Amino acid sequence: MSLNDPNHVASRAGLVDRLPRWLVPNMTGVHLAAVFIALLLLGLLLVPVAQVMIVAFQDPATGAATLQNFVDFFKTSLFRESFWNSFYVSAMSVVVATAIALPLAYITTRFHFSGSILIQSLGFIPLIMPPFVGAVAMQLIFGRNGTVNLLLRDWFGFDIPFMEGLNGVILVQSIHYFPFILINLSASLRNIDRSMEEAAQNLGSHGLRLFKRIVFPLAMPGYIAGAALVFIKVFDDLGTPLLLNVNNMLAPQAFLRISSIGISDPMGYVISVILVVFSVLSLWASFLFMRGKDYATVQKGGGGMAKRSLKRGEKIIAYGAVIFILMLVLSPHFGLLLLSFGTIWSYAPLPDGYTLQNYVTMWEGSKTFIMNTVLYAGIAATLDVIIGTAIAYIVLRTGIFGRKGLDYLATAALAVPGVVLGIGYLRTFHAIDVPFTDEPMASWWVIIALALMIRRLPYALRACMAALQQVSLALEEAAESLGATKRRSIQKIVIPLMTGGILAGFVTSFATAAVELSATIMLVNSNSDAPLSYGIYLFMQTPSGRGAGAALGIVAVIVVAIGTIASQFIIERDKKLKSSGDAH
Amino acid sequence: MKKAGITIENVHLAFGDTKVLEGVNLDIQPGEFFAFLGPSGSGKSTLLRAIAGFGPTPEGRILIGDRDVVGLDPWTRNVGMVFQSYALWPHMSVRDNVGFGLKERKVPSAQIRKKVDAALELVELAHLADRMPNQLSGGQQQRIALARTVVVEPDVLLLDEPLSNLDASLRVHMRRELLRLQRQLGLTTIFVTHDQEEANTTCDRMAVLDKGVIQQVGSPLELYDRPESLLVANFLGTANILEGKVEIKGGARRFVTKTGDLLPLPDDSVGEGGNIVLRPQNISISRTQASGSLPGKVQHSEFLGSQIRYLVSAGGTEIVVDQSHRAGHDWIETGADVHLVANTQSAVVL
Repeated sequence: MSLNDPNHVASRAGLVDRLPRWLVPNMTGVHLAAVFIALLLLGLLLVPVAQVMIVAFQDPATGAATLQNFVDFFKTSLFRESFWNSFYVSAMSVVVATAIALPLAYITTRFHFSGSILIQSLGFIPLIMPPFVGAVAMQLIFGRNGTVNLLLRDWFGFDIPFMEGLNGVILVQSIHYFPFILINLSASLRNIDRSMEEAAQNLGSHGLRLFKRIVFPLAMPGYIAGAALVFIKVFDDLGTPLLLNVNNMLAPQAFLRISSIGISDPMGYVISVILVVFSVLSLWASFLFMRGKDYATVQKGGGGMAKRSLKRGEKIIAYGAVIFILMLVLSPHFGLLLLSFGTIWSYAPLPDGYTLQNYVTMWEGSKTFIMNTVLYAGIAATLDVIIGTAIAYIVLRTGIFGRKGLDYLATAALAVPGVVLGIGYLRTFHAIDVPFTDEPMASWWVIIALALMIRRLPYALRACMAALQQVSLALEEAAESLGATKRRSIQKIVIPLMTGGILAGFVTSFATAAVELSATIMLVNSNSDAPLSYGIYLFMQTPSGRGAGAALGIVAVIVVAIGTIASQFIIERDKKLKSSGDAH
Repeated sequence: MKKAGITIENVHLAFGDTKVLEGVNLDIQPGEFFAFLGPSGSGKSTLLRAIAGFGPTPEGRILIGDRDVVGLDPWTRNVGMVFQSYALWPHMSVRDNVGFGLKERKVPSAQIRKKVDAALELVELAHLADRMPNQLSGGQQQRIALARTVVVEPDVLLLDEPLSNLDASLRVHMRRELLRLQRQLGLTTIFVTHDQEEANTTCDRMAVLDKGVIQQVGSPLELYDRPESLLVANFLGTANILEGKVEIKGGARRFVTKTGDLLPLPDDSVGEGGNIVLRPQNISISRTQASGSLPGKVQHSEFLGSQIRYLVSAGGTEIVVDQSHRAGHDWIETGADVHLVANTQSAVVL
């Protein structure tokens, strides 16, 4: 796989060939693509984030470097409180999410349990709903005057403050994000080779000791990966606390400062720096912990851990736990559905009556939102897979200098909270005008699409990388040896074979970009430019709009659900196609 | 260390409807190095795992010493098993891996240290005590797995294809090493392998398994020279099998092939079956006819270094003949008419 194959040299024959090689950089299409992508990532990710960092350390008046902003931040009791609240909510969400995920993961991987498939599919449903969408519905079910507490008060004379202040955020977030722990922990548990456990039994270990000394440590990397992800997601999230009206946390404070005081107020930037530092720290911590601990120990033909059958009593407990957890986990969906079909739902366990009116109102009020969403998410997802495919090819198939840097740069977007990216764009692009107009770029709708593109790029990139890794290099080399140029073999062999993976990446990017709120909410300039997620946020602001908001929320859930199912379907079909090819 | 024998009585085992072991009976002597040899799917690993207590509970009895272990939990059996994949726990250092079983047995930590050191000394890897498993080579991992198993002083040692993950040269070295350790410790050992050379070079006796049934038990030499079935004859080394029948003419026994060629048999030979088994090295090849020789034509020949292997069509089949090679020796060309003389002293009629 060389960049100076005969075809290539032939096409550049002439003066250039007679000059010393070092004088003429070997610029091919691939090189140009790499440079272009690097510039794009620089302008849309690195510069805006760097801008935010710089402003945080600048004196707002003079522009001199200073730590004064941070001193001011920690001197303000509201900010100190917000800081601890964010930390507390994130940590508690990890704890509660673990309490939900651990039993599900353990039961499904260790026992013959007919509910396993149910858990494997229903367990992932929370991910198809943006947490802020379910937040209001949760309020109606678990709030002070929600279904559960009304019944508790009626029957037992007490209530439980599930949704009071920070509790509400913790409950909504952990119900929403626990699948990250479930997925990673289950995968780790499944990847433990049976002989790991048998060797321990052979040497005299069993039961809880065996679990403590062998099984859990081996599953630890997966757990940590999931837990770190939950921590970051909760720490960075803006939508949920905003909708639950919990403003004394970091992300809402950043939003409120910027939107009420303006982009010159340094506190929003200080908070951004803190958010980024925490994101990087938790990613780094999980990386440190995982390093050298790739415990995927399943051997060829070895098979995962031995499953055993449940005894009768155990079965009852297991089913009880699973049903309870699934009911809890699905409550936002039920709540949202009831709310969207309900007439008035207040101080009652269930809505007073049912109607389709909310959907009519929603449709009349949010055509623009839906159109905008399709446009923004479409642009973002298209760019994501194009850039993702290019980066994947450059990283995996070429020797271009600094190719790993592209991968790292694109992936670094993971550590940039939406709020921070939003603030960065506001700051960077408010001084630049849209070409041929006097409008600042910061209020141009295209910027929203680009922000979504950057936010979803890490995920699309991983999908494209995986797709390319499945295309054997030999297939490409075979085409080249039969006379296809590098470009032709990419066009005719590599891309077609990657299609399934790319398509799956597109669909996921589209679906998740469609419901992204935290960057969007910072960048939306007028309601006519707003996408669906912002629309839901607007509807939910007034009690009378909640029904229509819920209806729009249902639309969002359906969009993401279809996207998820479609991408799974594509991946599965692709797998079958490729494996049937192997068999021949 | 006490030596325990293993007695297997009428063991049956099935995975669902698939019968994996059928009526297995075996007597393994204390201190013996015993091999289970068989192709994949023959049930050899299943039998080994049943002795260790893994997999479904079999019918029948498995006695270690005089204790029937069928139905007992694996952790109560005091049977040492080395896994094919070694199964070293990646999150524990070499020392912790080796010390694991002792810790489970609540041995005081000072003693654990001493015993672990001794076990590592035994496998000559004391200097790697503080490494993690992923920092070891395949051969080193293998020895650590062995040390981890013998350190708890098990009653018997079970080795599940222990050499299959090593490369060829290391395999030869490790099997000598295994034999040395086994002799040194005097542990009753069962070695599962599909490689006859491994079994031949290490074990005192072996059992050949196929389709869940024991085909024959004996020393490597017995099994090679006196196979009781075509399957065993074929499985151990290369066997030429000619069809025909035994005749007695003038008091002398001889084998008549289906092409009508005659092979004289020694008087003390036994067996009345329709097949004669001839090993390639017991047949000589020549361009000239001799008494009792079998005419044939060379179809193919391969130079293997120490010998030349000919494929000769004769006696109604293709016969493999190994001729040891010496400098200046003739290499008979393909297509040549040749005459084969079989040393029937070693022939087996089945």
